Amino acid sequence: MGSDAVSGGRRARPVIAMLLPLLLAGCGDGGKAATGKLMLTGSSTVAPLALEIAKRYEADHPGVRIDVQTGGSSRGITDARSGVADIGMVSRALKPDESDLVAHAIAHDGIAIIVHASNPVTELSADQIRAIYRGQIATWQAVGGPKRPITVVNKAEGRSTLELFLQHFGLANTQIHASVVIGDNEQGIKTVAGNPGAIGYVSVGAAEYAATHEVAIRLLPLDGIPASTVTVKDGRFPLSRPLNLVTRGQPQGLAGDFIAYARSAAVHDRVRSLYFVPLD
Amino acid sequence: MRDRLSAVAAWGAAGMVLAAFAWLIGDVLWRGLPGLSWQFLVSAPADAGRAGGIASILLATVWILAIAIGTALPLGLATAVWLAEFGHRQPRLQGHVNHALDVLAGVPSIVFGLFGNAFFAVTLGLGFSILSGGLTLACMALPILVRVTGAGLQAVPAELRQGAAACGLTQWTTLSRLLLPAALPALLAGTLLGIGRALAETAALIFTSGYVDRYPGSVFDSARALSVHIYDLAMNVPGGERNGYASALVLVALILCINLATHALARGWQRSMS
Amino acid sequence: MSTPGRSSPPDGDAALRAVTGLAARLSGTVVVGIALFVLWQAWPALQAVGPLRFVTDAGWHPLAQPAQFNLLPMLVASVAVTLGAMLLAGPLGLFTAIFMTDYAPPALARLLRGVVELLAGVPSVVYGLWGLVTLVPLLAAWQPPGASLLAGILVLALMILPTMVLASHAAIAGVAAEHRLTVAALGFSCAGSLWGVLLPAARAGLCGALLLSTTRALGETMAMLMVTGNVARMPDSLFAPARTLTANIALELAYAMDRHRAALFVGGLLLTALVLALVRLARGLGCAWRHA
Repeated sequence: MGSDAVSGGRRARPVIAMLLPLLLAGCGDGGKAATGKLMLTGSSTVAPLALEIAKRYEADHPGVRIDVQTGGSSRGITDARSGVADIGMVSRALKPDESDLVAHAIAHDGIAIIVHASNPVTELSADQIRAIYRGQIATWQAVGGPKRPITVVNKAEGRSTLELFLQHFGLANTQIHASVVIGDNEQGIKTVAGNPGAIGYVSVGAAEYAATHEVAIRLLPLDGIPASTVTVKDGRFPLSRPLNLVTRGQPQGLAGDFIAYARSAAVHDRVRSLYFVPLD
Repeated sequence: MRDRLSAVAAWGAAGMVLAAFAWLIGDVLWRGLPGLSWQFLVSAPADAGRAGGIASILLATVWILAIAIGTALPLGLATAVWLAEFGHRQPRLQGHVNHALDVLAGVPSIVFGLFGNAFFAVTLGLGFSILSGGLTLACMALPILVRVTGAGLQAVPAELRQGAAACGLTQWTTLSRLLLPAALPALLAGTLLGIGRALAETAALIFTSGYVDRYPGSVFDSARALSVHIYDLAMNVPGGERNGYASALVLVALILCINLATHALARGWQRSMS
Repeated sequence: MSTPGRSSPPDGDAALRAVTGLAARLSGTVVVGIALFVLWQAWPALQAVGPLRFVTDAGWHPLAQPAQFNLLPMLVASVAVTLGAMLLAGPLGLFTAIFMTDYAPPALARLLRGVVELLAGVPSVVYGLWGLVTLVPLLAAWQPPGASLLAGILVLALMILPTMVLASHAAIAGVAAEHRLTVAALGFSCAGSLWGVLLPAARAGLCGALLLSTTRALGETMAMLMVTGNVARMPDSLFAPARTLTANIALELAYAMDRHRAALFVGGLLLTALVLALVRLARGLGCAWRHA
């Protein structure tokens, strides 16, 4: 592929020189002649959805390639700004200092507090959740449950799920006294399902999927509103967020077309099958 | 008394190893078998890996391994030849190279991941790609290839070399006609071991070859290796266990095949040596 | 072997020597290159934060204001799981190897060897998955939160057991057969010969086996990430959660930028230095370093 064109003029030197033109030619192909290639980076919550939408879009548009790489919302912001990615994926609303970017919501999601299915506690107030995460309440007995220590499951640094959770409850990560720190949603679900004393928070979609598929977890209501994709959809659930694709300026060409497709009704079944909430 | 105690400890230890094996493999078999079918092997993943199979993942794994072995094999073979045939003329350099390879063999895979991500993906601009992942794995597999091939070269009887030298054969002829054919099984065994190690690798690949689970179109595409796929299904996809365990089962079966092939080679090698 | 007389130094040989010599130098440079590159990437953090703060800060909060970069709890966790796993897997592996050479009927020894080789090839994600789904819930029922140093030690012990068995088996089997004959002729008891003669003779190989397993344990990443709980706090008991240096990198690298990213490379540098120290130790003790 194209390596002849580059190395044609010069006689290639042996061994190392043989490889170089190949690499250079390849990079050139990928970078300049942007004939139908899109790069998406960012949030690991948005990535599976973007990937599924991309697959369907590719099937309809032969010759288009869409690469999806995860790495957190902040990476999505940085890469969209620097142009490393054509589109960034961000699982929260844009902040005031990110107004140089344009956000395009493709779905909605919420963050649900989850406990083990056998836990008799059915509701926790915001104050109780704060106290539990600060380590001031250490047993379930103190909130009307059994005599069992609480295992506090927190998210690892850099995830926007953590950021939103902290922001909603007015906590700082340095105050949190965690017993387990998890990376992705499913690790949190497995951790809570395997520990009757655990409490954690994960994406509503992932939690709802697990709870309806015989995984031993239960979603707690927040401020009296049940955590479900339904309450997220009608806007009542307090801890919810848009899943965004972000671009530097209004998207043109292929990027614009793909974003329009991702926002269209044609992908609602995909959004639902990943337990997110489609746009209206 | 001490006889009895040693015997009890030896039988006990072996029993515990077998029990641990039965528990672990039994667990994978029990959870993985229901998801395993011919269709699973030949169809691409769908619905974030929850549905569909692992065909594109297997293909990506083969590509990454091919890059890794294709790079590490010539380098490793040449290094082993130098260490075994010429190194004694420069003992200091030989010592340094040996020492460096020992350290390289001990470097944690996540450090290879750090290096591969920063060097191949970012500095060289290869991005998340099969090439980045393959080259990172090549660095990892290099010490294994050098050591096992070196052992094969050293196992060639000294009389053979002396005979060759006495007949006035050049070193090139000795190497290509006598030593390499004799050491070929060791070379293959080393390659298989390297493949086995690379196949099981996750930490070094997540940050170099990435997550994209489609059929790769070129070596500059990001692609998902089998062990990364298992990790993602286990840690990031609700309802991914069934296919995760089935993929784990496929991986374990591949490792088993590699071990059996290595043994067959080793047996053939011992026979040809005696 | 030197070419006798060097009557006609053939061009082919000179080329062969030059090319393989170049390859050997390149192979030797790989590890130096990796270390220097990791150092280069870690430099911004080392310079801006200062090396001291990586052990004296209040905790690990690279994104807090002001950021905290203490790696010490993770270093302690890495060393603790490694030592714990070696304490379990060391003797168990040694006795299994002895069983294979001295006690087992040949068929059973072959079976055991096949099993251990398969276990050696099982990827760490599979061990981690087993730990997360099976082992941690068991521990959680006994001593919550379950995800703990102990879980890490148990999974890690299981993971390095095959390396330990294979390497010490190679060491013991490598002790010359005549050693055994002499011992038998002198009328030693079975265990007497084992402890008095064979094991001391295999000493170099056994210490190599131990150190090889130790580097494997120290470097394990994904399985630790899945079972130890990942709390970057100094662990105060076996049942307390902990985060290893390796898991720290895997957990945060994809999300880290700028100084946070550089701080993760400092962790990688620390790991590389630990391995270098172990290899130096092995050389100093005269250990036979075996791979495979």
